[in-house]
Amino acid sequence: MITESLVVSAILFVIGVLGVLTRRNALILFMCAELMLNAVNLSFVAFARLHNVTGEVFVVMVMTIAAAEAAVGLAIIIALFRHLGSVDLSSLRSLRG
Amino acid sequence: MIATLLPLLLLLPLGGALVNAIVAVRTSGPEGPGSRHHPVPTWVGPGVILAAFGVALALFGRMRIGGAAPVVVSLGSWMPVAGLSLDWSLQLDALSMLMVLVITGVGSLIHVYSVGYMREDPGYARYFAYLNLFVAFMLLLVLGASYPVLFVGWEGVGLASYLLIGFWYRDLANAEAGRTAFIVNRIGDAAFLVAMFLLWTSTRHLDFLGAHAAVPAMAGTGTVFLIACCLFIGCAGKSAQLPLYLWLPDAMAGPTPVSALIHAATMVTAGVYLVARAAPVFAAAPEASLLVASVGALTALFAATVALRQWDIKKVLAYSTVSQLGYMFIAVGSGAYVAGVFHLVTHAFFKALLFLGAGSVIHAVHHAYHHTHRDGDPQDLRNMGGLAGRMPMTAVAMGVATLAIAGLPPFAGFFSKDAILAAVVTAGSGSSLADATLLGIPGGTILRAVYGVGMLTALLTAVYMTRLMMLAFFGTNRTGTEEMAALHEAPWVMTAPVLVLGLLALGGGWLNLPALLPWGPTGALDRWLAPVVGESARRLVGDAHLTHAMEWQLLGGAVAVAVIGVAIGIWSNRRPMADASSSTPDTSLLARAYGIDGLVRRTIVGPVGFMADRIMGGVVDHGIRTGFVSGGTLLVRLATALGVRLQNGDVGTYAALLTAGALALLLAMVAG
Repeated sequence: MITESLVVSAILFVIGVLGVLTRRNALILFMCAELMLNAVNLSFVAFARLHNVTGEVFVVMVMTIAAAEAAVGLAIIIALFRHLGSVDLSSLRSLRG
Repeated sequence: MIATLLPLLLLLPLGGALVNAIVAVRTSGPEGPGSRHHPVPTWVGPGVILAAFGVALALFGRMRIGGAAPVVVSLGSWMPVAGLSLDWSLQLDALSMLMVLVITGVGSLIHVYSVGYMREDPGYARYFAYLNLFVAFMLLLVLGASYPVLFVGWEGVGLASYLLIGFWYRDLANAEAGRTAFIVNRIGDAAFLVAMFLLWTSTRHLDFLGAHAAVPAMAGTGTVFLIACCLFIGCAGKSAQLPLYLWLPDAMAGPTPVSALIHAATMVTAGVYLVARAAPVFAAAPEASLLVASVGALTALFAATVALRQWDIKKVLAYSTVSQLGYMFIAVGSGAYVAGVFHLVTHAFFKALLFLGAGSVIHAVHHAYHHTHRDGDPQDLRNMGGLAGRMPMTAVAMGVATLAIAGLPPFAGFFSKDAILAAVVTAGSGSSLADATLLGIPGGTILRAVYGVGMLTALLTAVYMTRLMMLAFFGTNRTGTEEMAALHEAPWVMTAPVLVLGLLALGGGWLNLPALLPWGPTGALDRWLAPVVGESARRLVGDAHLTHAMEWQLLGGAVAVAVIGVAIGIWSNRRPMADASSSTPDTSLLARAYGIDGLVRRTIVGPVGFMADRIMGGVVDHGIRTGFVSGGTLLVRLATALGVRLQNGDVGTYAALLTAGALALLLAMVAG
């Protein structure tokens, strides 16, 4: 049971990472980040069964923070869209050294 | 009582130095009279030293009642490190008591004299601040209960000596003479430090009592030989022995009372004191003792020959001091520690007197030239002559000192010099010293040679001192016809100390009359110092004694040599001569001191200066300076070029780098 949960968690996480690395759409990047967070949540819950309730406490905490982060992140993306008319990150290169 | 008086002994001169330094600072300035005639140095300067002499006398009285066991007083902890707990501790025993009496006694006479000699100087207060500081450090040197405490005093007197040699620092030559003294002494001090390290690693003690108790067990080993040799190199630096004597003739650049106190009576004898203090170390290494005696003999002869042909009155006395110090090392190197210390004391009397008398003469001639506004060298013997009539008291005192140093009975130098020569003969056969070998030469042969050199030196000493007297005080005056009238005896504040020293030079021999005499307090110093050095002397020389017939022979020989020397001195200087300005410069080998000064300048000072200036300054310093500047910018540019490429503004690259970093961390954690 645990093994399967962890495998699913790992697969989800890798999908998230690959998404972040390959895609250039800010909204999709954002969703991939959420995917990674939830992959971690899954492993937390799985481990909580093995040990104690701490893992579940963390899941609740991650969810709360993810909600806050979603609010801020979406606000930034909307501001970005209004400013540039696009959410393609490859066009955002003005901060180079 | 001793525990309270001992720190007081140090604090008195130190406090005097502080008070005088405050006066010196408050009166200093580029213009104005400075501290000339200032009353504070006049009273405080000699006052504290006289008070210290009083304290020393009280301690002496106390010691005569309380016995001769060393008293160690700790003033607090200095270096409490693992395994080494070193205190600021003072030790009063027979040897340090004697030294304290000499330092404060002769010291206070010279301080009183200085009032007359230096009163007109703008740096009057500064002078007394330095001089008091010197006495404080000198007392610390002889009272220290361990090698490191002694070393603090040792360095302190070096500092005071440096300050006083360069006292008239506006003349570059004086400042350079001070620097020479400082640098040459560093060579010896480095060896002294090595000796202390070796002593610590081999005995785990640095205090005299502990270390000297442990040393006899190591007798004959290479370590103890090395310790003794390193100690002796330190002594050779401080006491101006070959080849480290070069600084002492230069040190005459200081005021003359300084030459009397530091460069004749006290500081330069610190090396002799150290050998006597470390007698157990030298007794455990007879080869090192032979080395001490040989170097002493060579120095004595070398300096005596140079003194024969010097024209500067102070230079004659300077080389004479080097020569007499060599004599003291002959004594302590032959295991005759008492004779060495005895000669140290009598030498302090008559050599301080000679310097002070020379100071009076220079003072008089200087004022005579000042009076007529003529520019003559007041220290040149060719500008003197016939002064006996003008300065009778100085002449008489100087005459006494000359007979004393020449070794004529019943003056002080006769007894101490005879004690040394007799001790060399005693040690020459059947002692552990005579059985030891140095560089393959048996000790007995070395000591016989040392005796011969000692006799020859005694002859030369009588010759050059008589020459000095003849040129300065007898014959016709060469100062100048107008100047003659202005030549007069020094003020009382200067002649009184000179006369007291004259009495001491006359009667100093009573300290330790030879047992040969049918009457008188014989061997007082022998008995007084026996608890400190008796054991070590026995180890080196055994209980051998000369027969009375032999002693009479030695005595007769010494007197004959002295009389012949004086006669040669009178005979060879009987003709009138030209004054300094109308005689050609003397370029003979002896007058140039064998040209060694120039040789050292060319072979050591020159290359070292070149190294410092061109290689260290031009290449290394310059290279580092430019290297840091241009290398620094290069480094920043390089780092920037790399950093700029990382910061390309593409979020995808950042994410990729972040992931790569996280993966690397993960790998490291799994692999580790």
